Amino acid sequence: MTLYLPLAELSVNWLVIVGLGGLVGFLSGMFGVGGGFLTTPLLIFYGIPPAVAVASSATQITGASVSGALAYWRRGGVDLKMGGVLIAGGLIGAALGSVVFRWLQQLGQIDVTINLVYVLLLGTVGGLMLRESIRTLRRTAKGARPKRLHAHNPYIAALPWKTRFYTSGLYISPLAPLLLGAVVGMLTVIMGVGGGFILVPAMIYLLGMSANSVVGTSLFQIVFVTAATTVLHSVESQTVDIVLAGLLLVGGVLGAQLGVRAAQKLSPVRLRLGLALIVVAVAVRLAIGLALTPAELFSVFGPA
Amino acid sequence: MKSFAAFCWALAAVMGAVAVPAEAVAPVRLITDISQNRIDIVYTFKGAELLVFGAIQYPRGSVPDERPGLAIVVRGPAEPITLRKKARVAGVWINTDSVRFETAPGFYAVATSAPIKTLVDERNASIWEIGLDYLQLSPTTGDGGQVAEFTRGLVDLRRRTGLWSEQEGRIGLTQNILYQARIAIPSAVPVGAYTAEIYLIRAGKVIARAATPITIDKSGFERWVYVAAQEHGLTYGLVAVGLALLAGWLAGLVVRRN
Repeated sequence: MTLYLPLAELSVNWLVIVGLGGLVGFLSGMFGVGGGFLTTPLLIFYGIPPAVAVASSATQITGASVSGALAYWRRGGVDLKMGGVLIAGGLIGAALGSVVFRWLQQLGQIDVTINLVYVLLLGTVGGLMLRESIRTLRRTAKGARPKRLHAHNPYIAALPWKTRFYTSGLYISPLAPLLLGAVVGMLTVIMGVGGGFILVPAMIYLLGMSANSVVGTSLFQIVFVTAATTVLHSVESQTVDIVLAGLLLVGGVLGAQLGVRAAQKLSPVRLRLGLALIVVAVAVRLAIGLALTPAELFSVFGPA
Repeated sequence: MKSFAAFCWALAAVMGAVAVPAEAVAPVRLITDISQNRIDIVYTFKGAELLVFGAIQYPRGSVPDERPGLAIVVRGPAEPITLRKKARVAGVWINTDSVRFETAPGFYAVATSAPIKTLVDERNASIWEIGLDYLQLSPTTGDGGQVAEFTRGLVDLRRRTGLWSEQEGRIGLTQNILYQARIAIPSAVPVGAYTAEIYLIRAGKVIARAATPITIDKSGFERWVYVAAQEHGLTYGLVAVGLALLAGWLAGLVVRRN
């Protein structure tokens, strides 16, 4: 059951890794999130060096998302123009992120920063989604029509060079999705997340995209940005463990397909509630980890 | 005869202490071998156990009645590391103080025939780095108290991971001539050039020593992947992406057909 990972330089139980990939892949297909926000912390918890966990998790997200993205593509759920703008932003963000990553590594604060950013982001995003989902569920239960989610954000509406995104049903400046893409690209490099947990809510609540193209477009962007991240990490830090990523993928690709099917049977409101609960749970778990006295006070930072 | 043997011991001790090549006088010699001179890390690697064994060759075959003192040290390549300590700042545990050690061995295991404190004096323990308390870690930052605290922290940390170990009184001796010790190598061991050193100790001083090299390296597929990642980063990254995309696409096909 044990398998030695050539770049992580330790042996692992491969069944655990495949199972982890399957769980994350299921969420990926179901919610249109890469699931990296679960993979990375779980891998680190299992004992994989953080740098390897972050980089290899990005590779696995590419594979897990491509099957989902293709599934949505066939159903016309990908806004190519919006996706293109998000990817352009994502690549800029990834380049910036690798600079920030190295700077934090030198300061020795990379692991704490990763955890803090996770707690802040997941806590905020999860909390907002939870409130929104519960409110919508209550309203639906009362028999009222669900309120249209499109929020007319005055700041985004004020941005110049407005253009039409037909599939998403939007007439907005491309600067908004470009900036959103950049933020997400940066998170991909630093934290090994696809960024879907930010992209999906931001596309719904900030950009006001129509719900049918949100998940597909999010997966589309994630495939390209995580692929670029894998190459970036391979060239810069040699931390992509192809065996680790492969194990995660075996579980992940199958999980993703099951997730897409499950998603088709559930109402979007319930899907959002489910995602919100998972996101909040991870945030709470990480916050507890930051506040409790750690088991190891000392940590070794390798030769640098 | 006995007094002559004692004389030889004393002579050897003097020779050892002043470190003069002593072949001409033929003092006590150590003959040593190791179960594996090369440990290959392949995909099934779960760690390994080294058997270090050998014999003590006394001058004119005069075996002493008392148990000889022995220490076996297996060490891996030394590397510079930074050790950081977490402290609570505004309710959150973050890395605060750090100490840099220039020569921390990636692996260090010592097995001895007796407790280190009674086996070897401080001076010899420091010279030959026998025992975790005597490792020369070369700290370059921090004051005395801090260095002591961080050194303890590093030793504790590495002991728990099995990368550093101390097995006092765990050398097996047969008729005061043959010796053997088992050294456990964990799976998270760094690759590189290792040495197994055997010290013969009398009255707290090292009177003879022998060393034998060990290579720990990745082999087969593991080595191939490692070398590809180190030397052809761009190609490696593109292949990783390609494989990921292919796996995802294939899985999609399979599931759709069912």
